[in-house]
Amino acid sequence: MSSSDIAIAVRGLSKSYRIAHEKEQHSTLAESLLHAIRNPRAAFGNTGETFFALKGISLNIRKGEVVGIVGANGAGKSTLLKILTRITGPTAGRVDLYGRVASLLEVGTGFHPELTGRENIFLNGAILGMTRTEVRQKFDEIVNFAGVERFLDTPVKRFSSGMYVRLAFAVAAHLEPEILIVDEVLAVGDAEFQDKCLDRMQVVSGHGRTVLFVSHNMAAIRSLCGTVIVLDHGRMIFSGPAAEGAAFYAGRSAAMRGNTWCRPAGGSPSRVGFERVEISLEGSQPAMTLDCTMAIRCLEQSEDVFVAMDIRDDSQAPLMQAMPVPRPFLKMTPGLHQLAMRIELPPLTPGRYLADVWVGSHHTITNDYIKSAVAFEVSAGPVAGRTFPYPPEHGRIMPVTRLGV
Amino acid sequence: MIHSEIDRPGAVQRSAISEDEPFPTDLPGAEQPWLSIMPEFGWAPLNLRELWQYRDLLFTLISRDLKLRYKQTVLGVAWVVIQPLLAAGVFSFVFGTVAKFSSGKIPYLVFSYAGLLGWNLFSGILTRITGSLVANSHLIAKVFFPRLILPLSSVGSVLVDFAVAAAMMGVLMGIYHVQPTPMLALLPVWMAMLMAISLGAGLIAAAMTVSYRDVQYIMPVLTQILLYASPVAYGVSQVPAKYRWVYELNPLTPPLEAMRASLLGTAMPEAGALGISTALGAFLLLVGLYSFKRMERKFADVI
Repeated sequence: MSSSDIAIAVRGLSKSYRIAHEKEQHSTLAESLLHAIRNPRAAFGNTGETFFALKGISLNIRKGEVVGIVGANGAGKSTLLKILTRITGPTAGRVDLYGRVASLLEVGTGFHPELTGRENIFLNGAILGMTRTEVRQKFDEIVNFAGVERFLDTPVKRFSSGMYVRLAFAVAAHLEPEILIVDEVLAVGDAEFQDKCLDRMQVVSGHGRTVLFVSHNMAAIRSLCGTVIVLDHGRMIFSGPAAEGAAFYAGRSAAMRGNTWCRPAGGSPSRVGFERVEISLEGSQPAMTLDCTMAIRCLEQSEDVFVAMDIRDDSQAPLMQAMPVPRPFLKMTPGLHQLAMRIELPPLTPGRYLADVWVGSHHTITNDYIKSAVAFEVSAGPVAGRTFPYPPEHGRIMPVTRLGV
Repeated sequence: MIHSEIDRPGAVQRSAISEDEPFPTDLPGAEQPWLSIMPEFGWAPLNLRELWQYRDLLFTLISRDLKLRYKQTVLGVAWVVIQPLLAAGVFSFVFGTVAKFSSGKIPYLVFSYAGLLGWNLFSGILTRITGSLVANSHLIAKVFFPRLILPLSSVGSVLVDFAVAAAMMGVLMGIYHVQPTPMLALLPVWMAMLMAISLGAGLIAAAMTVSYRDVQYIMPVLTQILLYASPVAYGVSQVPAKYRWVYELNPLTPPLEAMRASLLGTAMPEAGALGISTALGAFLLLVGLYSFKRMERKFADVI
């Protein structure tokens, strides 16, 4: 690899934050000063825990490469992008960039609702680092791309959300940087517009520009990217061809999904409680099943119980409750009771899901309730052949839908 | 594929690069990078070249502020003139009519308006800068640009206000037949002194506001106190001699008095006092700029 092929070189890149413990967090100046007076040494030294958002990342990205960056939430994807775009600085290591970087970290940054479409194009362009001359040259192209000719002199607060997003993306898409960073922005707009965006990304990479693409959508990653980087807890655990990377990530997230929960040592807090819960995701979309085995420990003769499982998305929003027909109730005699349960899942959008388990003798009497006991990860999309993402704001459950019935 | 059997730690090794591998740049004859990003510690240079590269952003932000400020107001830009006129009216009633302070031959309204002209330049910059980072936190968290652009853009819009208010000053002087003095040519010097002090203090306050929002609340109180502790609504000559020393401690006193003297021909402060105030302003500006640069790198993490 000769040096002139390189677009981005990263060596030993780390970013750490000091997280103060609850007691030591100072949101006001007075608290902070008081603390400094009481503990003069602590105020100047390093207290609290050091948390590494990125640890020792080293990689070379070639010019014209389209690189997918994947990883669970908190893996360090955003931190890496923020360092590459200079929003925040690294704690250690070095990055060499061979060319101007532009990011679509969030489209429409700096858009002001009171200003007109025209004014916002100039404002947004300037914020993204374009000169007025550059914006003027690209102006017609931007307006055409967004399709908002008639509304140029209308305040954008009167735009429909679709027009707003299109205009915002249009400005960013015409930046023409050597290195373009895209972070899930494609999760906006209608299907036609998303296609336009994907085309634009391909055009950009076709011109020998480098694209970094962060997404949870493995289908889009596989179809757009040549290379994939997998981040996990701030470390790079894979870098290589996209297909292998996607497979690696899928396998890893299945292994990492925390599909087993065991009661921590210390015994059961109640007469009836979960000892162990294990789930496994079987089958494939749109007919997945969640097979659960539960061990319930009963300490003394108790009333009959029944169980339920709540399934939430990774933002903790409840999606559905699974509860077997509560009859016959489970007889609770002292000892360990094994229970197997199969849940037929509806088609789900890719992502991580959490499950709570509950056991009780009446819907108002809870014996044991373990929140987010287990998790599972859905990596394939529910709709075959769909390349654009599944934005969470449209819900996580996709009923099987057919045309022409 | 929902879950796969592939979980090969061996795959990690593929095309991964060791930390010790040299940078492509470090190889002889290599292309130099467009930019190197490295950790920064301690005091950072101001990097004026980069600031200059982003001048279009500065001007766009100034014009954004101007366009937005008086949207959905009936009187619009007239507020730039009405606000100080109302304040000057109140001052001339309270100090001129009720307390019967003397403003010499000058009508009290013109006298206090001249004081407010300089004062509003100072307090406008200070107040706007203090809030400029928090008000634009969405930009700081999402895009890179020299952070100094934000406080500088607030200075720009205050300067535009000053120009309008200064034109009104001319109108008032015409109405009341007050002759300007040749010292008028020195007006930019007094403006520069006031701007240096307010910019320096404002930059420190703005950077502190990012971590401690308290600053936002204490600043209006301090500014209010400073307004009465500075010769705005009255001249230093009105202050009993035994308290004068307090005024000499206030670096705003000389430029405010000098500005009024240039416009209306009142007594010019001593050169020594002006010199001290200039030195203090320059010092404050430097401290402000460098401490802003120093605190700048954690803005995106904290804001």
